[in-house]
Parts: sequence; C-alpha cells; structure tokens
Amino acid sequence: MNLTLKIWRQKSADHKGQLVDYIIEEVSPDMSFLEMLDVLNDQLISKDEEPIAFDHDCREGICGMCSLYINGEAHGPDRGITTCQLHMRKFKDGDTIYIEPFRAKAFPIIKDLIVDRSAFERIQHAGGFISVNTSGNTQDANAIPISKDAADEAMDAATCIGCGACVASCKNSSAMLFVGAKVSQYALLPQGQIEATDRVLNMVKQMDEEGFGNCTNTGACEVECPKGISLENIARMNSEYLKASLKG
Amino acid sequence: MSGIFSSSIGRKFAMALSAFFLMFFLLQHFAINVTSVFSADAFNEISHFMGTNPLIQYVLQPILIFAVVFHFVMGFILEIKNRKARDHNYAKNAGHANSTWMSRNMFWSGMVILAFLGLHFYDFWFPEINTKFIEGDWSGMHDGEFRYFHELQEKFLSPVRVSLYVLAFVLLAMHLLHGFSSAFQSVGANNKYTEGLKLFGRLYAILIPLGFVVIAVYHHFNHIH
Repeated sequence: MNLTLKIWRQKSADHKGQLVDYIIEEVSPDMSFLEMLDVLNDQLISKDEEPIAFDHDCREGICGMCSLYINGEAHGPDRGITTCQLHMRKFKDGDTIYIEPFRAKAFPIIKDLIVDRSAFERIQHAGGFISVNTSGNTQDANAIPISKDAADEAMDAATCIGCGACVASCKNSSAMLFVGAKVSQYALLPQGQIEATDRVLNMVKQMDEEGFGNCTNTGACEVECPKGISLENIARMNSEYLKASLKG
Repeated sequence: MSGIFSSSIGRKFAMALSAFFLMFFLLQHFAINVTSVFSADAFNEISHFMGTNPLIQYVLQPILIFAVVFHFVMGFILEIKNRKARDHNYAKNAGHANSTWMSRNMFWSGMVILAFLGLHFYDFWFPEINTKFIEGDWSGMHDGEFRYFHELQEKFLSPVRVSLYVLAFVLLAMHLLHGFSSAFQSVGANNKYTEGLKLFGRLYAILIPLGFVVIAVYHHFNHIH
C-alpha cells in the first residue's frame, strides 16, 4: 500500500517543530508500524536526510518505550496494544497518517517523536516502592496470606508499563491512571501497608509538581491504555489519598 | 490535612462535594416546582414557606450560593490549570474514539448553565430578593392573594424564554450525564455498586431536567389556553 505520512519533526527541545509530509510506497500490511518507520528511515538515510527519531526498545509490548500519537490516538487506532504491536493492516492504501509525539507539558520533546517521560520516574522515586528486610531473614512473599481478589487486582495494576499513553490521551494531560495504578499495586497488598500513607501523599505531590493536569474522569486513559488499566485504580488512589490526608 | 485542597485530588474532591450538594438542591427544587402542575395553592404554600423560613433564608440559602459560586470558580480554575498542562495541541486528535462528548465538554455545558442561571436569577431570584430584603415585603401577597404561582405563569408566557429554558435543561442533562458518576469516582467510590450508581445517575440526569422542561412547557401552554 502507498501512504502519506504527516510526521512531527523537531530538531531539539529548543527548536520549533512542524509536521512534514512523507510519501512511502509499497508498504506491506504485515509490517509493524515501527518497521514501516524503519523502512522510511532507511530511505531517508540513503538520501542523506536526517532520519526520524522515535522511541522503541523491546518491540514486544512489554517495555513501554514506544509512544507515538497516531491519527489522533496514543499507540494508534487499535485497542490493548503498544505502537510496536500495531500492524499496517489496520490502514488502507492511500491513507494519510498523522504521527505526533505524546503531548504534555510534563513530557517535553527531546527530538522529533521522542519525549522525556522521566517525570514518571520521579513520581515512582517519591513512593513507588516497598521496604524489604534484606538482612537474610526476608520473609517469603508466598508465605503471606493474600486474598485472591486482592492479588488479582494488584497484579492488574502492576501490569502498567508506564508508557504515558494515559497522559497523552487525556485532554487534561493528567497522569492519574499511571499514579493510580502504582498506588493501587501496593495498597492492595500487605507488603505495601507500612508506607501506605506517605506513598500516596508523596506520589500525588510529585505528580502535581511535575505539571500534569487534573483528572476529569473522561475515561480516555482507560480506553487507550495498552494494558487495560482500570479507572478503579484512580478511585482507589483518591480514597487512599483522602484517608492519608486525614491521618496527616 | 492542610494541603489537601491545594492538591489535584483535593480539588477533585471539593468539586465533587459541591456537585453532590447542587444535585440534592436540584432534586428538591424539582419536587417543589412539580407541585405547580397539580395545585397552584400547594405551590404557593410551599414557596411562601421556603421564601420566609429563617433557617432556609439565612442558613441554607447562603450555603447554596456558596456552593454555586464555588462549583463555578473551581471549574474555571481546573479548566485553566488543565489547559496549561498541554502547551501544544495535537494536529489530529480523535477524542470521540475514547470518550463521550459530555465528558470532554463539561466546561462548555457548564458555561451554558451559568448563562441560564443569569437569566433564572433575573427572572425569579433578584425580584424575590428585592421584594423581601430591599422593599421589606415578606407577606408573599399581591392584590390580596399569593403572588408566586402568578409570577411563575407570567414568566413562562414568552416562547423565547421557554425555549432558552429548554435549551439550558438539555445542556444540564448532558452535564449531569457525566457529572453524576464522575463525582462518585472523584470521592473514591468505584466498587461493586458502581454500575448501579451509573444507572441511577443516568436516570437522574435525564428525568430531572426533562421534568423541568415539562413544567416550563406545561405552564406556557396552560396559560395561553
């Protein structure tokens, strides 16, 4: 198939960017979206042009590195996948495809389609951990009784790969689905109780300081999340935060 | 506790609390208005009680005014903060693919409701405040009988005003269709009762504004004939 790509090009954070048109021909429907961009980059390099910078790593939908806002949706038009799992069969011959970086003030553009998502790392550092005794007397986690429901919900929350699709899709650039998942992951388990109060207060404080917007419960994040993280995690974070605030 | 209302979640919580109060107020406003369709006397009696009871006038009315102002001001603050969180918009954004129009346009439906409140206050609240607090007339009487039902019918003579009221109630329904369940989510209530609450919220969001529309249209045609 032959496609017209409108791709955001920006030399660096300090430069002004713009959409640039590229024509790509004979694209196989079996290619992944990133493979299609690889082919385009090969063509650009052979013409001595600057290749398009985009993030990727595992290409198995696990690492959360690939981003891209494709035709108005994070990770493109399919559901429950990352961009590396998106295939060209989802598009038609003659289509025009818009490819933009994830946009949020808290995710500044580094170059072209690559954005700096280290705000998520700083939120994790603020409380996304548990204290474990490593003196040699560490209790086997499997020896701690946990209800099946709590274990399942904690596991679901833990599948968040921190890709930032929630922020990119939210009209308010809110990070509450990500932070909600990280808070829930520990709030549901006995190991997470010791730091529960400080965790939610510190992670929300860091989230606010990073400049993410306020959640207005549109649910766009849940729909676009490649791992299907539920809005229930935001509600759980809200109640955990209110409880923690009352405790001080 | 001190920093809660300066945090993003605290603001959501405060927004939801004011929304709960306003939704409860809307329900009691509807319950009173609906009596006007069945009995002018009952409507007059209840209106007079509401308009002259010291607890309602000096305690609940100021709380209501505070809740209304707070909900709008906080709505503005959140909208400004949220717009600042994205300094460059997408060239192509498919919001319709992942969220409802109502959820994405709460600010604009809120603006229509704010404009409607201006009209509604001009029609009913300002004259009421003027009569009681400026002119000092707490009798509720005009030409020897209660004035409330006549004032209501007089206002709904105008087809333009009735049309504006109907338009505002359609936008109110849309605002509530998202706002009802959103308020519960904001206070952290997302559990086994959520689906039931959503259904109740949808019924509330459609039936209450529809009821107000029926009352306005009823008085428009009832007066003419």
